[in-house]
Amino acid sequence: MGAHRCAVVGVGQTRHKAVRADVSIAGLVREAAMGALEDAEMEWRDVDAVVIGKAPDMFEGVMMPELYLADALGAVGKPMIRVHTAGSVGGSTALVAAGLVEAGIHERVLTVAFEKQSESDAMWALTVHPPFQAPLVAGAGGYFAPLIRAYIRRSGAPDHIGMMVAVKDRTNALRNPNAHLHLPDIDMKMVEESPMLWEPLRYLETCPSSDGACAMVLTGERVADGAPRPPAWVHGSAMRSEPTIFAGRDQVNPRAGRECAADVYAQAGVTDPRRDLDCAEVYVPFSWFEPMWLENLGFCAEGEGWKLTEAGATAFEGDIPWNPSGGVLSSNPIGASGMIRFAEIAQQVRGLAGGFQVEGARRALGHAYGGGSQFFSMWVVGTDKP
Amino acid sequence: MRDVAVVAFAQSNAATDAHRNEVEILMPVVTEAIDRSGIGRHDLGFVCSGSCDYLIGAPFSFVQALDAIGAWPPVRESHVEQDGAWALYEAWVRLQHGDVDSALVYGFGKTSMGDLSEVLTLQLDPYFVAPLWPDAVSLAALQARAYLEATGKGERDLAEVVARSRAAAMGNPHAVVHEARSADEMLREPTVVSPLRPSDCPPVTDGAAAVVLAAGDRARELCERPAWIRGIDHRIEAHALGCRDITRSESTRLAGERAGVGDAPVDVAELHAQFSHEELILRDALGLGERVDVNPSGGALAANPMMATGLIRIGEAASRVSDGGARRAVAHASSGPCLQHNLVCVLEGE
Amino acid sequence: MSARSEAATDSLIAHHVLEFPGGYKRSVGPVVGRFLTGLRDRRIVGVRRPDGRVLVPPTEYDPETSEALGGDPSDFVEVGPAGVVTTWGWVAAPRAKHPLGHPFAWALIRLDGADTPMLHAVDAGSEDAMATGLRVRPRWRAETVGHISDIEAFQPEGGEPEVGEPEGGERGEHVAGDGEQVTIMAAPIRIDLDVGAGTAQSKFLRGLMAGKIRGQRCPVCTKVYLPPRGSCPTDGVPTEEEVELPDTGTVTTFCVVNIAFSELAPEVPYVCAQVLVDGADTALFGLVAGLPAADCRMGLRVRAVWQPPDERRPSTECIKWFEPTGEADAPYDAYKAYL
Repeated sequence: MGAHRCAVVGVGQTRHKAVRADVSIAGLVREAAMGALEDAEMEWRDVDAVVIGKAPDMFEGVMMPELYLADALGAVGKPMIRVHTAGSVGGSTALVAAGLVEAGIHERVLTVAFEKQSESDAMWALTVHPPFQAPLVAGAGGYFAPLIRAYIRRSGAPDHIGMMVAVKDRTNALRNPNAHLHLPDIDMKMVEESPMLWEPLRYLETCPSSDGACAMVLTGERVADGAPRPPAWVHGSAMRSEPTIFAGRDQVNPRAGRECAADVYAQAGVTDPRRDLDCAEVYVPFSWFEPMWLENLGFCAEGEGWKLTEAGATAFEGDIPWNPSGGVLSSNPIGASGMIRFAEIAQQVRGLAGGFQVEGARRALGHAYGGGSQFFSMWVVGTDKP
Repeated sequence: MRDVAVVAFAQSNAATDAHRNEVEILMPVVTEAIDRSGIGRHDLGFVCSGSCDYLIGAPFSFVQALDAIGAWPPVRESHVEQDGAWALYEAWVRLQHGDVDSALVYGFGKTSMGDLSEVLTLQLDPYFVAPLWPDAVSLAALQARAYLEATGKGERDLAEVVARSRAAAMGNPHAVVHEARSADEMLREPTVVSPLRPSDCPPVTDGAAAVVLAAGDRARELCERPAWIRGIDHRIEAHALGCRDITRSESTRLAGERAGVGDAPVDVAELHAQFSHEELILRDALGLGERVDVNPSGGALAANPMMATGLIRIGEAASRVSDGGARRAVAHASSGPCLQHNLVCVLEGE
Repeated sequence: MSARSEAATDSLIAHHVLEFPGGYKRSVGPVVGRFLTGLRDRRIVGVRRPDGRVLVPPTEYDPETSEALGGDPSDFVEVGPAGVVTTWGWVAAPRAKHPLGHPFAWALIRLDGADTPMLHAVDAGSEDAMATGLRVRPRWRAETVGHISDIEAFQPEGGEPEVGEPEGGERGEHVAGDGEQVTIMAAPIRIDLDVGAGTAQSKFLRGLMAGKIRGQRCPVCTKVYLPPRGSCPTDGVPTEEEVELPDTGTVTTFCVVNIAFSELAPEVPYVCAQVLVDGADTALFGLVAGLPAADCRMGLRVRAVWQPPDERRPSTECIKWFEPTGEADAPYDAYKAYL
């Protein structure tokens, strides 16, 4: 995409927690940004532009927080953009930043995404509604659980698939010091015995609410060639959106997701994602979204996603590990979650994923989605230049 | 850089549009811009919008706006929680990639539903400033007085900006202020937060705007006289009022320099000055002399649909180029308290 | 407006309060915390930059170099308490949320020893008493909690006593800090709006009040939208043709909610469903009741249960929920395309 190559040369993120009571909003964001700069061995003055993203401002009660955060992110005197594309925002933010490099406009861009949602309450912020609109009384889970039921019916999947994903992702998280949830005793029985929240979703099949931030330094080729640690090269990037409700909409396997994936694969020269990619960080906030997205992202035929999960293909030891970091099921600062996917997958192909490094990962997919399964942003990154 | 031009622009403003919600206001504006562009809706390569959840009082308010554009089959689409001018910037960047040739940009906001000046308080430092609830007019007054005292200008100079803007607005069917008044008349108004009077402040407005951008030969095919974006840049300043010189707009100066404002004479400038004194500060920052026709549309003092006002400046400046009234135009957009964040765009005919 | 519409075209308007119950709870971090702790102790504290200049209030990060400030306790410097007004504006008619209930001045005030001015209110008594260069002192509240409003306002030097009665302002409940240091700040935020439903939604809700379910048909794709939105989201055209629909339909999919997330929700367990009303091409979100939650199933045939007519307001709550009609379930093929 674009005439200029773009690479990730620095990644930083906070240790995601339910409440970060030790920092201000600026402090939280700064921590991730400093981490990325240190990884890239850059100074604030080296950064040409800042692209920040987060979910609705009501979470923190600060409107257009890029204004308040300009100083904290070294943006004074520089261009600053604030992206907001609902849950996919962390991903879109990274893509807007990459776009600046690929267009040859800036050489070094700092991109950050965050949420300090403990300042209010995620359920409240997501369900604020103006008068005349039907309230989402059951929250996000109440919106997605019916879609999951529809998937189960369409595919004939057995009941235990969702729980397998929950166990897998939380087990992976045990290797990730930044993950919010560390549940060493997690197993199928523990998940099954957890309260059923929105049938068929149980408590332990649901993402947590986290405070956290994630940042990356994206640069052009010349700078990346001189970077202190291996870069992750952007091989393809794409965004797609479709309306929330329309006649004939497939909410379970949305076309916007399929087309976004097809676009990013075409750019990256991926024809068979399961075979051509080494791993993926995919936005799975509720367990059953893994089999649904396996189909949506072309890792298998429609209706077969649950079989891949059941066979262990997406496990850390499997042939196509999904969410080796623990995923959204293990950490969910809403505005940052998409960027965490993009950053963690970059770390995989850089060989810097530490305790949850997928051996030999050289090409991988980062994915984020938002709204009523309607906004998608994705990238494919690789160890080698595209 | 790939040549990108504004090939169509549409807007709709009302002092209060009580009957229509944001989507109902936006849809005809988007339709009009697309129709004027000559590009089929499905051929648009990218869509980007600017809006703000707090104006509607609900999160994800931009999502319903997607209904206005017919996003099917799925579209390449993005959104900034900033004025549509920044959405235009993102679209301009996107067009540089070369894989798509056109983009739709829109911005919208209804400010009649709440107290905009108070809502904007939520942009402020959450620890030291916001809890005191200094509204936007109050902050503007601080900057206005500082500017007047630093330059020796007076309240009459502010009133003359307003008088000129209102007179210009009489010729703008999209203005929501329709009453020309003299500086003397306005100086007889009591101040609201001194030195500012109600007429120094922007009008409550519900509205939307849309711009279609096209690149290279595509723009030439579509439009007899595309308004080419010759330079576009934006810069942000320190947040705290005490940490920057509020009598000047350094970020506007810098963005203007990067956009190449000073490279050639400017005929028209559309400046996103929500308050009268801001126009004077911005003129200084951009080095705009007496011969420049500033805000022939009447500017933000004529209509202020928050989140679209900056985009409208670009549309209006582009229209002056496209209709032959200007060879070279400057458009400016602003965000944040007391001109903290500024975007400058230079537009030229071929 | 369309000649076919029956109902009034005026939009419904309702008051909407955006407020997080109890107020935001902000952790402030060490630098902001140091300043707020100072306020609690009736001191004003700034932070010294490496070049010696003192920023008040102390910003966490240097606006010029971006470096973190206040890393060492000796970086914090007490300033003032008096200072000089560098710019001001007279508020003739204070708003409810302003610090004072009578006319006052906002000002930037550079305290003695500070290099940057801070924003606060000046209780000068009259506009004539205000001037750039005026020296002012803080008037502290009787009870300080570690909040910018611990300074009730500044006042001209030599004025009234410095500890006054609270008058205006938005402080929220005091949240105790961590022993010595203030670490948390309460931030009650309330925004009031008068929101309009818009034309299409208003017509729909007035229809519900009259016990009618009316969708809109798109002139291009001919699909019937329920609830109607005034536009077809795939064709990007206005929809005006109203289609009256029965109040029966099919549950396409659903979930059983077992936890009470919101005070608006019914008693748990309850069923949240997508209901495809007969004749509509989009499903509505609704509640299903009148059978044990565990018995709900895809394909269940349901009918709307309405509020009594005299209780109805223009709201989706006119339909309380959907209950089984008793008919045989719709076959999967009849609704699978709507999933």
